Order: sequence, then structure tokens, then C-alpha cells
Amino acid sequence: MEHSNASSGNTDAGLSDEEKREIDREFSHYEGRASVGLEALRIVQKHRGWVSDKSLQAVADYLEIAPAQLESVATYFQLIFRQPVGREVMLLCKSASCWITGCSRLQVHIRKRLQIAPGQTSKDGIFTLLETPCLGDCDKGPVMQVGEEMHRHLTEEAIDKLIEQKIHKHKKNDADRSTD
Amino acid sequence: MQTDPLTNPLTKNVGAENIATDLERYRANGGYRGWQKALQMAPGDIVKTAQDGGLRGRGGAGFNTGLKWSFVPTGDDAPPVKYLVCNADEMEPGTFKDRLLMERDPHLLIEGMAIAAYAIGARTAYIFIRGEYHLATARLERAIDEAKQQGLLGDNIHGSGFSLEIYLHRSAGNYICGEETALLNALEGKRAIPRAKPPFPQVSGLWGRPTVVNNVETLCNVPPLIDLGIDWYRGLGRGEDAGSKLFGVSGKVRKPGTWELPMGTPIHEIIEECAGGMCDGLKLKGFLPGGGSTNFLGPEHLDLPMDYGAIGKAGSRMGTGTIIVVDDRTCPVGLVLNLSRFFARESCGWCTPCRDGLPWVVQLLKRIEYGQGRPRDLELLREQAERMGPGNTFCALAPGAAAPILSGLKLFERDFSEHIARGRCPYVAETEVLEAV
Repeated sequence: MEHSNASSGNTDAGLSDEEKREIDREFSHYEGRASVGLEALRIVQKHRGWVSDKSLQAVADYLEIAPAQLESVATYFQLIFRQPVGREVMLLCKSASCWITGCSRLQVHIRKRLQIAPGQTSKDGIFTLLETPCLGDCDKGPVMQVGEEMHRHLTEEAIDKLIEQKIHKHKKNDADRSTD
Repeated sequence: MQTDPLTNPLTKNVGAENIATDLERYRANGGYRGWQKALQMAPGDIVKTAQDGGLRGRGGAGFNTGLKWSFVPTGDDAPPVKYLVCNADEMEPGTFKDRLLMERDPHLLIEGMAIAAYAIGARTAYIFIRGEYHLATARLERAIDEAKQQGLLGDNIHGSGFSLEIYLHRSAGNYICGEETALLNALEGKRAIPRAKPPFPQVSGLWGRPTVVNNVETLCNVPPLIDLGIDWYRGLGRGEDAGSKLFGVSGKVRKPGTWELPMGTPIHEIIEECAGGMCDGLKLKGFLPGGGSTNFLGPEHLDLPMDYGAIGKAGSRMGTGTIIVVDDRTCPVGLVLNLSRFFARESCGWCTPCRDGLPWVVQLLKRIEYGQGRPRDLELLREQAERMGPGNTFCALAPGAAAPILSGLKLFERDFSEHIARGRCPYVAETEVLEAV
């Protein structure tokens, strides 16, 4: 098959069979094909890391909707990435409760440590920092979600530790891959 | 946490280890009894039970749930396809109650949705859940599968002739999707912009079909109400409103958290007894009673019961019932700026007072907080916030954003003036770099 060996970095390709299979599962849930748009973008993002213009076009073609409609959805949701992001996306909660308990201090700390402001990716390509609406864990603030993990009662020290762990994990993964 | 189903119908399973995600144990503790009872009832009687029980929407607006259901057309002339949508897009600043219910007792929500769908005649229901709630999504997925396997969902449920499918729809961030018509646009695969009302969703909602959108906690109230009845439910409340409610406290209190308490529980009890009072050396200066889009109340309001009417009369809203406490060492101007930045960022940009008004408000607040405020900025800020008030916008986002600004200007008047008079924020040491408000 033409797309079966599309690697995660190959964002120019049309949809892979796997991506199509995952998208197909969603259609029966809705009256309209467009409703699958957001989930389809998420599926493509899962495989490719982000949603390029060509990926977006491929999804729109597959859903038989106008790319402009899909684009208007893609740009609306902050968890759909229209540009490359780091391997760890950090959602720092800056809502009222976390602000009272000190999230600003943490953001300053992250900036010093990784040289990134919200919306930016660290030079090593590992971390992207994003602001997020309230994460709904307000009694345990300040909080941050990294991938699917919640980190609660955060301090500068805890953030340092988390950053070290993630750097270590990715360096190890890269080393393992290069020796395969 | 107490686990008596008669006093804590919403959290009776929350304290127990693992019980939440297990259908057998959910049933052993009375689970799906309400659903089985409902299937023996006429749909109209369920609507009436919810209405007479006095269940009010727990998402913030406090509208009578049964009354909302009653607007859905019924009878032979009614449209054949209707929808129920559960609003699980919890994002109101300072709100952390629906997450708890979905993670710890997912079957309670599924059961509530089944009863509500049956009451309005919907054969398809969606849970519109925010993309960040991974654990809740996984547990709800499993709960739906379990319920289907046992014939509690699916085709011809328990031989009743009623069929129901529940689907999870994961969102991907964006506060405005919590507004019910924006949510419906998002579900249809469109940009999530609120719709003009009327028509109301109960008449023309998802794909133009009659649709009811209910909050997670609201739906979780339905199974115990049907199972144990109106008198019991009304008796749960301590004041004028019926039932129990998840109340929360965040901010600098000793034991922040969420508790299920009777409606009408006085605010001081929630803050003092449940949350353990203020942290050492801090005083309560004010609080938001129900999330970021409610009006600030002051220490003189601590005796008020958490009832929709009582909080309304005091000039605020009960909102989501999750209290954000402001202590005397937190800068209230900085807090109002934080809230306004949030609302400005989350505005969909559809109508002018919100799209243009909020960034302007943020500029004014920044100027005041960072020491460049001019005396007339306070009046400008007030005028601008008033323009974002009710009646000028498609949805409640801008009026909600105006609430902490207008009430903050009153309650924290001295703080605002002091920022301007001293040319800096009095809460931050002069040497400290203030950033990232």
C-alpha cells in the first residue's frame, strides 16, 4: 500500500490505512461527517505529532468537507497543533485558583530553566509550554498536565525534577533507538 | 467523606476504593435502581418528578431541569429524532466537581443520562467531554461498555422497547464550548460559536433536532431522585433549594477540597468546617461563590446559605458552587486581571462587546496593576465592563467576565485606588519581577 509505511515524520502523505481505520470507527456516531473532524485531526496528530496543511487537506478530503471548515475547527482548539510541538506538551494551569497558589512563579521558573514562554518549544525539541483553561484540580494547585499525567501541588523543585526525568527518558529512548 | 446514600447520593461511591469503576459494585450499592424504576414510568412522569423535585441545573445557570426537559416536543407530531447531550466540558475557573464524579463514579452519570434520555425520548446521547480529562474519558468508556454488556444500554433495554446509545465526544480545549449552543456547533463539526436564541436547543438543537444539554452533576442527581422520590429529595436541602450539591473551596485555606453537602449550607460552614478555615496568618478578604464568572462577595456574606436565591439577592450567583477564596495577601487587582485575561483569551470573537471589550479591559487592568494607572481608568473600566453586561451579547461569556470586574471594583475599591496613587502594586516587593499575571 502506498501509505502503509508512512513514518511519524512524514506529514506530506495522505492518510494511512491505520488512520483511516481509526477515523472510520467514528462515523456511525453522528448524523454528519463533519462531526468526526476534530477526532480525525486528533488521530492524525497522534500519528504525526502535529497537523500540517497537507495533513489537514487529506483529512478534509477524506471527510468530504471543505478544508476551510476543518481549518476553522483546527485553529479553534488549542489541543490541535497546527505547527510542530515538543515531545512533551506542558499545560500549565493559570486559572484563578492556581494563580492564587503561585503558578506565575512557576511560569517564571520554566522560562528561566527552558527559555520558553507559552506557545514556545525548547531548543532541544523536548518541551512545549501552553497555557490552558482551568484544569479542574483547583484544590491541588498549582497544577500542570504533561501528556496525560497530572502534576499537583507543584513547586520549583518538583518542576526541575520533572524536567530532568523527561530529558533523561527521551535521551535514553533516542540512544536505544540508535543502537537497534 | 460520608458514604450514606440517603445523605450523600452523589458521592456515596466516591469514598470507597475502586467501587466507582465497577458495575457490579455500583449495582450492589443501589446502582441502576433508578433506571429500572424509570423504565416502568411514563416519560412525562419522570419530567414531572424532576420538575416537582426542584432539581436545578448544576452547571451554573440553576434553571429547573424538569422544566427544561418539558420544552422538548412530545406526542405523535413531535420530531422522531431527539438528542441528549451531557456537558462535561468543565472549564470554569476554580471548578473541580464534574471531574470527581466522572472519575470516581462514572456509572452514576451513565444512569442519569439513560433516565434523562428516556424522559425526553432521545435514542442517542453524547457526553461532550474536555480533551484534558483522560482518566474520566477512560472510565466512562468502560462504564458505557459494561452497561451495554448488561443490557442497561443498547437495543430494547430490558424489553421496554426503548433503545439508547451513548457516545463520548472528546473536545480539545476551549472554554466557550461549555456554552450550550457553542457546544452543539462543536458537536456538528463547526467552529464553536454560540448561536442566537431563540430557537432554543430544546426545540431546535443538534442538527436542528430537539436537544437537551445538561451538566454532569445535574444528570448525576437524576437517579437518586427517581429512586428515592420527591419528598426525600426536597428534604435533603437545608434552605429553599432542594437536594444536595458538590461544594468546593480553593485558594489559601487549610484543606481545600470538594464536599457533598445539603443545598443551603451556610458559606462559613463550608469554608471554616470543611476547608479548615484560612491558612495561618491570612484573613479572608472576599470570595467568588461559584467560579470565575460570578460576582465577588465579602466577609459580611459568609452567613449566607448556598441557595440560588440567597446568593442572587446578595448580588452574585451560586454558579458552579465552587468557592474561590481571596486572602489579604493576594492582590485583588492581579486576580481580576488574571480572570479578565482568561476570558479575553477564551472569547470566540463573535460579538463586539466581548471581542473588543475584553482586550481593552485587560489593557486597563494591566496598566493599573503595573503602576501606570490613571485615576480616570477606574471609571473607564467600569463603563467598559457595564457594556459587556447582559443583553449586549449572544452568550453569557462577556457578562460573566464583567461580574468579577464590576464587583471587584466595589469590594476592593481601596486596592484599586492604592495601585494608582502609589504607582505600583502594593502586594509585590519593589524588587520582585512581576510577570505572567
